[in-house]
Amino acid sequence: MHSKVTTRRRQAGWLLILPLVLILVPFFIVPIIGVVAASFVQSDGFGGIIPSFTFDNYRSVFTSALTYQLYWATFKFTVFAWFFSLMIGFWIAYFLVFHVRNPLLALGLFLLCTVPFWTSNIIRMISWIPLLGKEGLINSALVGTHVIGQPLDVLLFSSLAVVIAYVHQLTIFMIVPIFNSMARIDKRTIEAARDAGASRFDIVRLIVLPLCKTGIALGSIFVVSIVMGDFFVVKVMSGGGSASVVGAFYEDIGVLQYPTAAASATLLTIIVSLLVVAILRTVDIRKELTR
Amino acid sequence: MGRDTEKLGKGGAAKQHLPTRRQVLKGAAAVAGAAAGSNVIGAPVIWAQEIKDIELRHVGVSYSVVKAIGDQAAKDLGFKVTMQNVDTSAAINRFITQPNTVDIPDLEGWQAKLAAKRGVIQGINVKKIKEFDNFLPIFTKGELDGQLIPRQGISPYEAMYIDKPDATDLHEGVTEWATFLPQVYNADSIGYRPDLVDHPVTEWKDLLDPKYKGKAAILDVPAIGIMDAALCFESAGLIKYGNKGNMTKQEIDFTIEKLIELKKSGHFRATWTTFDQSVQLMAAGEVVIQSMWSPAVAAVRVKQIPCVYAPVNKKGDKEGYRGWCNGLGLMKHLNGKKLDAAYEYINWYYTGWQGAFVSRYGYYSPVPSTAKTFMTPTEWAFWYEGKPAPEEIKDPYGVPMEKVGTVRDGGSFLDRVKNISCWNTLMDEAAYMNKRWNDFKVA
Repeated sequence: MHSKVTTRRRQAGWLLILPLVLILVPFFIVPIIGVVAASFVQSDGFGGIIPSFTFDNYRSVFTSALTYQLYWATFKFTVFAWFFSLMIGFWIAYFLVFHVRNPLLALGLFLLCTVPFWTSNIIRMISWIPLLGKEGLINSALVGTHVIGQPLDVLLFSSLAVVIAYVHQLTIFMIVPIFNSMARIDKRTIEAARDAGASRFDIVRLIVLPLCKTGIALGSIFVVSIVMGDFFVVKVMSGGGSASVVGAFYEDIGVLQYPTAAASATLLTIIVSLLVVAILRTVDIRKELTR
Repeated sequence: MGRDTEKLGKGGAAKQHLPTRRQVLKGAAAVAGAAAGSNVIGAPVIWAQEIKDIELRHVGVSYSVVKAIGDQAAKDLGFKVTMQNVDTSAAINRFITQPNTVDIPDLEGWQAKLAAKRGVIQGINVKKIKEFDNFLPIFTKGELDGQLIPRQGISPYEAMYIDKPDATDLHEGVTEWATFLPQVYNADSIGYRPDLVDHPVTEWKDLLDPKYKGKAAILDVPAIGIMDAALCFESAGLIKYGNKGNMTKQEIDFTIEKLIELKKSGHFRATWTTFDQSVQLMAAGEVVIQSMWSPAVAAVRVKQIPCVYAPVNKKGDKEGYRGWCNGLGLMKHLNGKKLDAAYEYINWYYTGWQGAFVSRYGYYSPVPSTAKTFMTPTEWAFWYEGKPAPEEIKDPYGVPMEKVGTVRDGGSFLDRVKNISCWNTLMDEAAYMNKRWNDFKVA
């Protein structure tokens, strides 16, 4: 009797994950296996492969100073984008949850945050160009008011511009999960802390922050994996002045060097997975989500 | 569609009720006053019935695979033509990895070489191309006015012939089978702001002049960006290349080290990848001199911002334009009626409508004699003869481009094309070059 129920439950479980499996296996697992397999063969230089087994592609990836420079450049962007989107995202969520008294208004403001994200990423990125350029709005205003004599070059086609575009694109990915976990915090906990004489800073540090760790972790996963896997924002906003891990192997594909590109892609997949694992180690997502 | 095109399209477009090529050509001939109809084989009526359901997918870069041209071809030929745009690297990847999703690949010479090598295209029988004998000899024989066309990089002539329809290696010398047939080409050089650069630019080395520090840009498509850089360094007397279009590792290293040096000194404001980016950089005052394409210069001028396309005529072994050429191929899977339709389509390209259309962009047709019949004398004088425009010049969509009296930068067709010194390419050391180019990017 008891075992029958378990079997039925197990069957229901399999049935529930079946749609996901049907999508993930052909569209994710199989292509990934293809990429990994391609990383161990040799290129004939004309877009074909020589069936063989070689570690040469990995050897060239690991022994090239370029790989390390690319990862360094990409990590820098990741850290800056993560830090600023977290700072902005956290405080926006905090304001919405704890300072806006009316829950309906809070929800309305929250939805307002998503409005800019109804337009495409690309549009939101290139719309910075007329603002930040040499003859852009900011420079014209600063030169016009004689704050500076020469337009600032550093605003556009620079690392600063790349970070600005990332933060603008990705902050929403921080706001949503952090807002979600903050909204679950029992307001009475905060009141109790205040009654017990805790300062506002202590409340954030000792109650809010620990209780929305899950939201921060989820937001961080989004931001880190998107920045690590991006090449377009870097290409456009740095004016081609900076490179990225993905941008480099995209160029390899352009000259049909599939095996080296596959090796770089495999390496990146492993590194991003490790980063995600590291982030997940800081929280028990499953426990938090079922709380 | 603009007024200009409508007027010119009268021969072709206006006769919608009789969409066979014979009629189109008759119309064109009538407009031009030339007897072009006599050597054209008419399409039987039954053929028109059978081809209705055929669809040809023409895939390639946006400046070469143009929707307006496909629409006109479909109208004239009576079957469906779908134009699909991808960037250069996505194009060659698609031809090679998904050959069955393409019917007409739009190929550059080096792509034709790769596609033949991979066996994804079939040879085009040049005997079936009615205008083949009217092609400029730049392509068919590798010469122009008895002068040999330079072979640095992969010239269209070099990539054009194979000895049998399924050959995978190129053949040196004229044969009956072509890997691809040129449809549009041009000579690239430098664009600059005449109001901000104090002298007329005629040499590539001006792009390196420290005066334009922080105001210069270069093309960021590794395979051709490195050739623009090479033209600059050769012009400045820093190096002499054996073949700019196929550098040795040492030559690549030298070129990249120089580029890194320039980048570290803050010489480049940016690098650009797309047509629009180059227009934006120039129009927004970010740069005053950069490697550029001819229609991009025109697009800046349309915004009422002065911009000149530098005539970089050859001086001994130095200078010269970087030539490029896109052409039509036939994918291997085409057969039967679809293959016949593909031949019809290719033949249509050389009947003049398309040649006139691309000429209004500042590009050229490989068969100028038919393009001329679809152009006004004003357009012909301006775009091909390098004469002052007798009337206002308009772009293919009818937007005014150049005032009366303007002379095309670089002069006549012959002046420009004869000064091509190298062609777009994919080097033997492409993998190494790419890696070094990324060193430049990340530096």
